Amino acid sequence: MSNPTPTNVFEYAPAPESRAIVDIKPSYGLFINGEFVDGHGTSFKTVNPATEEVLAEVAEATDADVDEAVKAARRAYTRVWSRMSGAERAKYLYRIARIIQERGRELAVLESIDNGKPIKESRDVDIPVVAAHFFYYAGWADKLKYSGYGETPLGVAGQVIPWNFPLLMLAWKIAPALACGNTVVLKPAETTPLTALLFAEICQQADLPPGVVNIVTGAGDTGRAIVSHPDVDKVAFTGSTEVGKAIARAVAGSDKKVTLELGGKAANIVFDDAPLDQAVEGIVNGIFFNQGHVCCAGSRLLVQESVADEVMERLKRRMATLRIGDPLDKNTDVGAINSAEQLAKIRELSQIGEDEGAERWSAPCDLPANGYWFAPTVFTGVSQAHRIAREEIFGPVLSVLTFRTPSEAVEKANNTPFGLSAGVWTDKGSRILSMANRLRAGVVWANTFNKFDPTSPFGGYKESGYGREGGRHGLEAYLKGADS
Amino acid sequence: MSRIDVRKTYKLYIGGQFPRSESGRSYVVNDAKGKLLANAAQASRKDARDAVVAARAAFGGWSGRTAYNRAQVVYRIAEVLEGRREQFEAELRAAEGITAAKARTYVDAAIDRLVWYAGWADKITQVVGNANPVAGPYFNLSTPEPSGVIAVVAPRGALLGLVSVVAPAIITGNTVVVIASEDNPLTAITLGEVMATSDLPGGVVNVLTGSQAEIAPWLASHMDVNGIDLTGVEDAELAAELEVAAADNLKRVRRPAPGTDWLAEPALDRMTQFLETKTVWHPIGV
Repeated sequence: MSNPTPTNVFEYAPAPESRAIVDIKPSYGLFINGEFVDGHGTSFKTVNPATEEVLAEVAEATDADVDEAVKAARRAYTRVWSRMSGAERAKYLYRIARIIQERGRELAVLESIDNGKPIKESRDVDIPVVAAHFFYYAGWADKLKYSGYGETPLGVAGQVIPWNFPLLMLAWKIAPALACGNTVVLKPAETTPLTALLFAEICQQADLPPGVVNIVTGAGDTGRAIVSHPDVDKVAFTGSTEVGKAIARAVAGSDKKVTLELGGKAANIVFDDAPLDQAVEGIVNGIFFNQGHVCCAGSRLLVQESVADEVMERLKRRMATLRIGDPLDKNTDVGAINSAEQLAKIRELSQIGEDEGAERWSAPCDLPANGYWFAPTVFTGVSQAHRIAREEIFGPVLSVLTFRTPSEAVEKANNTPFGLSAGVWTDKGSRILSMANRLRAGVVWANTFNKFDPTSPFGGYKESGYGREGGRHGLEAYLKGADS
Repeated sequence: MSRIDVRKTYKLYIGGQFPRSESGRSYVVNDAKGKLLANAAQASRKDARDAVVAARAAFGGWSGRTAYNRAQVVYRIAEVLEGRREQFEAELRAAEGITAAKARTYVDAAIDRLVWYAGWADKITQVVGNANPVAGPYFNLSTPEPSGVIAVVAPRGALLGLVSVVAPAIITGNTVVVIASEDNPLTAITLGEVMATSDLPGGVVNVLTGSQAEIAPWLASHMDVNGIDLTGVEDAELAAELEVAAADNLKRVRRPAPGTDWLAEPALDRMTQFLETKTVWHPIGV
């Protein structure tokens, strides 16, 4: 699509990835005990958010369907998976990692179609990291005694994941669970179920024993049925803080072990000595990566007052070069908002930002007529009390605040009920370390942002949830502990 | 004439001070034979809130100290306790009706437990933190940090039980508000005196005596408390209610574990329960 900026001398030709590689079926069932079966709920549609085209009908799992899935998982746990040696479990996980690599292009295209994220992100970030997670945790399966968390699995894990990184979140949940000897019942988000269902086929190709992985589709009710099922030993959830609290209440008084990966309102702090061009790239990556549908997105820019004007000027210039449009176009930077519902929420909060007196600026760009779109937007003149500075928007909307001293930056950064991530941009090493020490957040990116790796633990402080995913620490969620 | 003994007034321990309950209430604490030992302060909601304020105020300073320094302070508690062992033995015998030998065992174990945890202050980071070999040019380090203010419902073991739940929380840099055993609260306040004279900054440990069922719900629902340890909650229904209340700000919850052998060497999980893992990334380049 065209990009009407004065600096744009040469127009980009469209460079769409072919979707012919993906075979999307008209309808999908549930994946229970190694087979696709019909669900007993009202089936629902999943759409391409870039075009509003209906992609497929997907089954909704009822309480009874979830019960079947949990039973299958329990059988597989008791009879097969928990008895198998770690070395053998590892080989299945290695197989899965390899099939993901082999079918990487197919997965990337399908992810972009169903989610709306740019192909260059699904192709270069999501899918490679998905494969890497299975590869990493495969290697732990026969080395658990070195983890520090014991070697005893918990049993059946119920896992509920969001729509922003559908396959990546699946990998974060399933890979460590299986490596530790648990079996799983996983529910993908209702707007992005397709790659999870393709993953079910990958489990079949890998000859994974039936019932080790079960995938049930549906919305909130299906998720609740999984979380509150009495035979689920472990609940893992990634999503909103609101739902996380409901889950914490639902498991109260039970023996279920829980990990929650919830919302954030990360401060991305830019000091006056930061390399500004790099910092601007980091700001853009921090908030516009994946349309801002990132729980750890750097949605609050804290910029030192002395360079605030300069940073804003460079940021706006850079934002004007972002290419918004067809997610399957290889030159697209910002794709479609995942759903009409999410778009409405982003619009509402942005309007509140204006109403509360912040100044709104959006990158000049033409948005496609169909689909769900929101131009990259920045708010200046934002105060700590503004809702756009306090609530997670989960969209390409950046709020800018300023500070004068490092202490003021820390104070403002920590002034939030969340504590998932933070960014620091400065050339001064001792300042990086002191800021990293004082920021109450589970991940601190210094002079970089939004980096993920299977070996690196990820998770929040305070209301961003509890537990860690990734790395050695990620095993703790799926093991009984060294002492019990 | 025989000498009239000077009886002790047991009060709360909040912010390094020993106030009475603001509610003006007290309750009767009897010995094992049902004879009056003392009137203990019956803490109120306001006392609990004051204790949280004190714990929050102490958090920055305490968590900011070096691990070496925290270790020395907790070791110092053991030293001072060692010097007052006869008093604690006498209090335990009176409160719980146990033999002299048994009382000595518990006091010894409590002192040794403090020494054991003191040593962990500067080692826990090395044991549960790690460098992460990410696939890219980044320096990537995960280190543990304290969760913040922790509410602790202490188990029955009047001295050893209390030490076993408080020491792991504070050695890692958290500050605590502890509800002492309702039946045996007196030793907890005497332990407060030990802590008050052990270089432990005021507010790091705050001890409330009174009704668990009355005070614990306020702490569980307090939005400035980061974690809750339900070890001493014996009523399953109350424990579940407290867990529900704790969900409002996603407190880290330690569930009750009946039948803990307090004399056995603890595992690490009482420390790691109230630790967060912070991962810092930095590019590697020239």
